Amino acid sequence: MLRIGVFVCHCGTNIAGTVDVKAVAETLGKEPAVVFSTDYPYMCSEAGQNIIKDAIKEYQLEGVVVCSCSPRMHEATFRKAVAAAGLNPYMLEVANIREQCSWIHKDMAEGTAKAIVLGRTAVAKVQLNAPLTAGESPVVKRALVIGGGIAGIQTALDIAEAGYPVDIVEKEPTIGGKMTQIDKTFPTLDCSSCILTPKMVECAQNENITIYSYSEVEAVTGFVGNFSVKIRRKARFVDEDKCTGCGACTEKCPVKNAPDAYNLGLSNRHAAYIPFAQAIPNVAVLDKERCIKLTKGKCGLCSTVCSAGAIDYEQQDSFVEEKYGAIVAATGYNPINIDGYDEFAYSQSKDVVTSLEFERILKADGPTEGHLARLSDGKQPKTIVFVQCVGSRESGSAHGCGKEYCSKICCMYTAKHAMLCREKYPDTDVYVFYIDVRTPGKNYDEFYRRAVEQYGVHYIKGMVGKVAPQADGTLDVQASDLISNEQLHVKADMVVLAAAIEPDKSARPLATMLTASMDTNDFFTEAHAKLRPVESPTAGVFLSGVCQGPKDIPETVAQAGAAASKVIGLLAKDKLSCNPCVAHSNEMKCNGCSSCANVCPYGAITYEDKDFSRRKDGTMMRRVASVNEAVCQGCGACTVACPSGAMDLKGFATSQIMAEVDAICK
Amino acid sequence: MTYSYFPGCTLKTKAKDLDRYARISAEALGFTLEEIPDWQCCGGVYPMAKNEIATKLSSIRALANARDKEQTLVTLCSACHNVLKQVNHDMQTDEDIVRKANNYLKLDTPYQGEAQVLHYLEVLRDIVGFDTLKSKVTNPLKGKKIAAYYGCLLLRPGKIMQMDNPENPTILEDFIRAIGATPVIYPMRNECCGGYLTLDEKSVAESRSNKVMTSAADMGADMVITACPLCLYNLRKNSGVSDLPVIYFTEILAQALGLE
Repeated sequence: MLRIGVFVCHCGTNIAGTVDVKAVAETLGKEPAVVFSTDYPYMCSEAGQNIIKDAIKEYQLEGVVVCSCSPRMHEATFRKAVAAAGLNPYMLEVANIREQCSWIHKDMAEGTAKAIVLGRTAVAKVQLNAPLTAGESPVVKRALVIGGGIAGIQTALDIAEAGYPVDIVEKEPTIGGKMTQIDKTFPTLDCSSCILTPKMVECAQNENITIYSYSEVEAVTGFVGNFSVKIRRKARFVDEDKCTGCGACTEKCPVKNAPDAYNLGLSNRHAAYIPFAQAIPNVAVLDKERCIKLTKGKCGLCSTVCSAGAIDYEQQDSFVEEKYGAIVAATGYNPINIDGYDEFAYSQSKDVVTSLEFERILKADGPTEGHLARLSDGKQPKTIVFVQCVGSRESGSAHGCGKEYCSKICCMYTAKHAMLCREKYPDTDVYVFYIDVRTPGKNYDEFYRRAVEQYGVHYIKGMVGKVAPQADGTLDVQASDLISNEQLHVKADMVVLAAAIEPDKSARPLATMLTASMDTNDFFTEAHAKLRPVESPTAGVFLSGVCQGPKDIPETVAQAGAAASKVIGLLAKDKLSCNPCVAHSNEMKCNGCSSCANVCPYGAITYEDKDFSRRKDGTMMRRVASVNEAVCQGCGACTVACPSGAMDLKGFATSQIMAEVDAICK
Repeated sequence: MTYSYFPGCTLKTKAKDLDRYARISAEALGFTLEEIPDWQCCGGVYPMAKNEIATKLSSIRALANARDKEQTLVTLCSACHNVLKQVNHDMQTDEDIVRKANNYLKLDTPYQGEAQVLHYLEVLRDIVGFDTLKSKVTNPLKGKKIAAYYGCLLLRPGKIMQMDNPENPTILEDFIRAIGATPVIYPMRNECCGGYLTLDEKSVAESRSNKVMTSAADMGADMVITACPLCLYNLRKNSGVSDLPVIYFTEILAQALGLE
């Protein structure tokens, strides 16, 4: 029997408030093999760790049990402490008596009884622990950034600047993302394109950056330091290397009625197109749903006018396979579909638009060439109503498409829109209906106050109940004014809806490929909400931009840089120490049935034919499994699948689990 | 197909047309409305008070009767429809009301929301089908521009009525198309007419129903149809618009089927 020490943490009152820690230490001290047992207010503190180290030496402990918070929190801390005292760090077990005990119980007697059981279980397990040594795996010095909006661009630029090669995978034909569609940016009102396009060009010119535009991640295998990624390069029917971006094909293309995604469908484009003038790469695309040649086999006009000979109607999707040390998700967002908000008549009237559509109307390369005009009749609106929180901050949504969270960016961009309307067209009457105006951020509240005080925008606290298109083409906006407590009707020419934002639809399947976790709203979850905000809980996967939660441009750029610095820190290492808690196969029990390989999500199991005969002359060949320890992630799926009990997990052996169950049932 | 039928008080007095045309149209379309014996007034307004069950009992008796006969309960008046569906929802979801109501009623089999309630329009749409209805029309009302008036009780609360999108409904417009006429979409079609306020604050009912009627007239309607006796009263008597006829949807249905 090993000599075991038990250390019970109070965690201030976090544990001690509901668990009688002294009674736990005393009871566990009577367990056979426990030669030392104590409690302390903060076991993770330096003084607490010293108690562990000293006890190991004084009582010649061979196994240590710490009853404290979740092992996710401090297992690494205590392993280091144990190692510092000369024990193998894997001779430690943590009994979680905080998250799984004190925080969920209110009754002291109940909490104490459960803490004792959890502690006894850990004692039973540590008795069977064996010293483990971590191996090492090399780091591929190349990063992948998924998404080419401002988040992905900034992350890629920072990584490239540090000297590491980085690839950007962007599903659209050009990088740039939402920022390309925006007119001006708050709170300084500088032009979005003017600050973005230099960064796009830098991406194209930086030798360390490769842009895979019009491409999507198809499959991801491997692990931190050594991911293998398959990228699908969608056929654009134009040879990227030959195309000069002259635009001859887009001018001659006879198809003129394809909805222009850059203008959110508010105008049409040709079937051969370059998304916008500053696109990177500046290469044409043929829309395979609309192109006459690709759908009906006739036409071919673009090919005849292309002097570079770049048009290739036979082009197929192709695949790139590459290895990466780190992956950054920067998949961004979209406004929610607001078709369900029929009270705002969005689908009934052309003059009810979303805020992003309004950006397109304000921007010089938009459907109205930057003139403030109604989409129904081209007339300049005299009264504009902005409605905030359309789909944001909705609980128990009646529409089924609303979000409980605050989309964060709408208050500021609405103030910007209102201000721009009043500045360019001072005879316009502008109303903003809001629940709360939320403007924390440097120079943000000053910006909003300017809209109210200097530009005379009518801010009204209250929500719009109905937008009714009238026979004369105006919109009757019915709303409540909560401060004067009255019902209002505003006769408006245009209504702008600040639609909630949600993660891009590509994020969910990507998270599955990366085995990265997501919250119920499909935002990527960070490793720690406060202390590790740009890392995913999956090692080697980092988060940049709105895919992690709503944020504006300055915040996105800051987070993009933070994600890049984490990637650089990882790529700067030559080797990573591996998790030693991996599977191994007992060859004497293995019958080579393949059950384990069939369930292994990491492809870590291979088979070999081995000679098991003892005599020199005879042979007894058997097929047996062997585990690649660098690839195995220790999930344990194989140990469950193995019918002959040959597979076992180091640190979580079947015998250890059974000992734990026995201890619980005792 | 035979349905349990809850006509409601108004259909026996002021709104006889709504009832009569519904019955003859039903026969022409191949279903029968079998009036529930000894039905009692639904109360006209759904009682919101959670601790008050007496006002829910008449609805529960009608619902239990339909359940016992294994029939779907059909109703016509918007108010009855609203009360019956809401009370039935209570009996499906609120244990406290179920217990108290059953303690009081002492039915042979306690009632727990087993019956299904349908509005006559839902029968037309979901059981008969608007395509079948269209094929049975002998007198299509071509060129007639009809404005459907939903009011508030027919569709709301949307999650309990489960009839149509309360903000942008289509059931009456689809009905109008099925009988060969042209629906007129106007913004006030799902707003309240003022309802019972006609009794103690007449000016509110006047202004509300005036808005509805002028909105329909502005959009070029020749006629307004409704399923609610109180809406019909307010639109006719309180709106101040006299040159736009308001009739029950069952009357126009009977006309289209050549029954008048």
